[in-house]
Amino acid sequence: MHVEVDVPRCVASGQCVLLAPDVFDQRDEDGLVVLLNENPPAELHDAVRESATVCPAAAIRLEEA
Amino acid sequence: MTSSPTVPAFTLVRPQDAPLDPSPLYAKLRAKQPISRVSLWEGQLSPWLVTRWEDARAVLGSPAFSADPTHAGAPTFRKDTPQGRRGFFLNQDDPVHAMMRRTLTREFMVKRINELRPAIARLTDELLTDLTELSGPADFVEHFALPLPSLVICELLGVPYEDHGFFQEHSKAIVDFNATAQESTQALASVSEYLLGLVETKRAEPGNDVITRLAVQADEGVITDQDAADLGAFLLIAGHETTANMIALSTITLLAHPDQIPHILGGQEQVAGAVEELLRYVSIVHGGLRRTAVEDVTIDGVTIRAGEGVIVPIHVANRDPELFTAPDDLDLDRANARQHLAFGYGIHQCLGQPLARAELQIVLPEIFRRLPELKIAVPMDEIAFKQDTVVYGVVELPVAW
Ligand code: HEM
Ligand code: SF4
Repeated sequence: MHVEVDVPRCVASGQCVLLAPDVFDQRDEDGLVVLLNENPPAELHDAVRESATVCPAAAIRLEEA
Repeated sequence: MTSSPTVPAFTLVRPQDAPLDPSPLYAKLRAKQPISRVSLWEGQLSPWLVTRWEDARAVLGSPAFSADPTHAGAPTFRKDTPQGRRGFFLNQDDPVHAMMRRTLTREFMVKRINELRPAIARLTDELLTDLTELSGPADFVEHFALPLPSLVICELLGVPYEDHGFFQEHSKAIVDFNATAQESTQALASVSEYLLGLVETKRAEPGNDVITRLAVQADEGVITDQDAADLGAFLLIAGHETTANMIALSTITLLAHPDQIPHILGGQEQVAGAVEELLRYVSIVHGGLRRTAVEDVTIDGVTIRAGEGVIVPIHVANRDPELFTAPDDLDLDRANARQHLAFGYGIHQCLGQPLARAELQIVLPEIFRRLPELKIAVPMDEIAFKQDTVVYGVVELPVAW
């Protein structure tokens, strides 16, 4: 799985950070998303998929292998 | 625009025998014609009503809709909705909305809210201790559900304790459906005026709080002092009664499903999941999110013309059987509960959601841990639900423990 985030779209809802804290974080200055791991390990895939589903700004894109 | 007699009236009233379920009208509409006209303001306006979860997300996520209530066809709650200032950015469209929201996004970051958890736990403990020291049945709303989130927001903003009563009173007047436009505007003005003074105070005596940091942004020329005050007032209004009503209605819901109470006493992850299901099931923001199309747009085969209004009742979307199996059942173990729209969707999705979640995750288990014998002191059908307000709740909740 390959993950991409569209930072300008992010509205800092924090949902991805709550779901997959090893993959997503937030910038200290404005709370916008930071991608920690663009190729997360298999055990995190479900949480990353759920993050992409619930992201209110559709700012998380996934490419599944 | 006049409505034909076949157009049903939009209603906030929930069934008397099922006060936690949406009006059955909406499930019928969803099955028959998921995007259909409803009548508003006694038939003076007939906006579209969107009842499916998927369509609700499509509308709320689309730039073709404006949240600005000043459009001629905007389906506002009242015809004479007062015009808000830009600090109340729920009523603004991008780019102004984004600019205003951005002044606060770091305040609600998950890591910052986590730093507030000990304070939330302490306030919860203090209020529950005070409650149990009362002799007999007491109003859970007055003694716990309302003061807790108010104290948390005051902590966040840096509002001194002695001014909390003032805030509680005014924020209530602002969201009261029965208040006149003038009364709401007046209450709002009082809060803004007080906060304008607080911006000055914080400039002289900075603290580790939101108003202090907004004062810095005002000094940098990003916003004005009036914006800083309005943003503070907006947080209070957006986060006080919502969280209070969610605490009260979640407590009622859990007491009505005693078999699921052990679930709310489980581990962290279990509690987090349970809170998502309660958000879905209770869906306190039941007045419907209101938008106006700014261009012609087709949603689920229905063409909505520029200028037409749309109402998205998220409590109805949250009971869509297409997404949620047995949607009217409370299932604290529900796997996809988190897909609820209780915080909205799109660019306006609740900014305070990490805080609201933290509060509910701390408060709900603690209530049932500290008060294992908790019960409602009146029969269920005597509880006074606030049927006519934008945010659903109870007027009071007499409890014994
Ligand atoms: C359980 C409690 C809460 C619920 C159910 C809730 C629900 C909502 C909903 C549905 C919206 C979107 C409205 C729309 O799109 O028309 C919203 C927006 C908002 N909420 Fe909350 N809220 C809660 C608590 C809070 C708290 C605690 C705060 C802050 C202290 C807060 C601050 C905001 C703000 C600032 C917005 C406007 C966001 C924007 O327009 O970009 N909310 N909330
Ligand atoms: S879920 Fe989406 S909007 Fe929310 S913080 Fe993550 S990327 Fe940003």
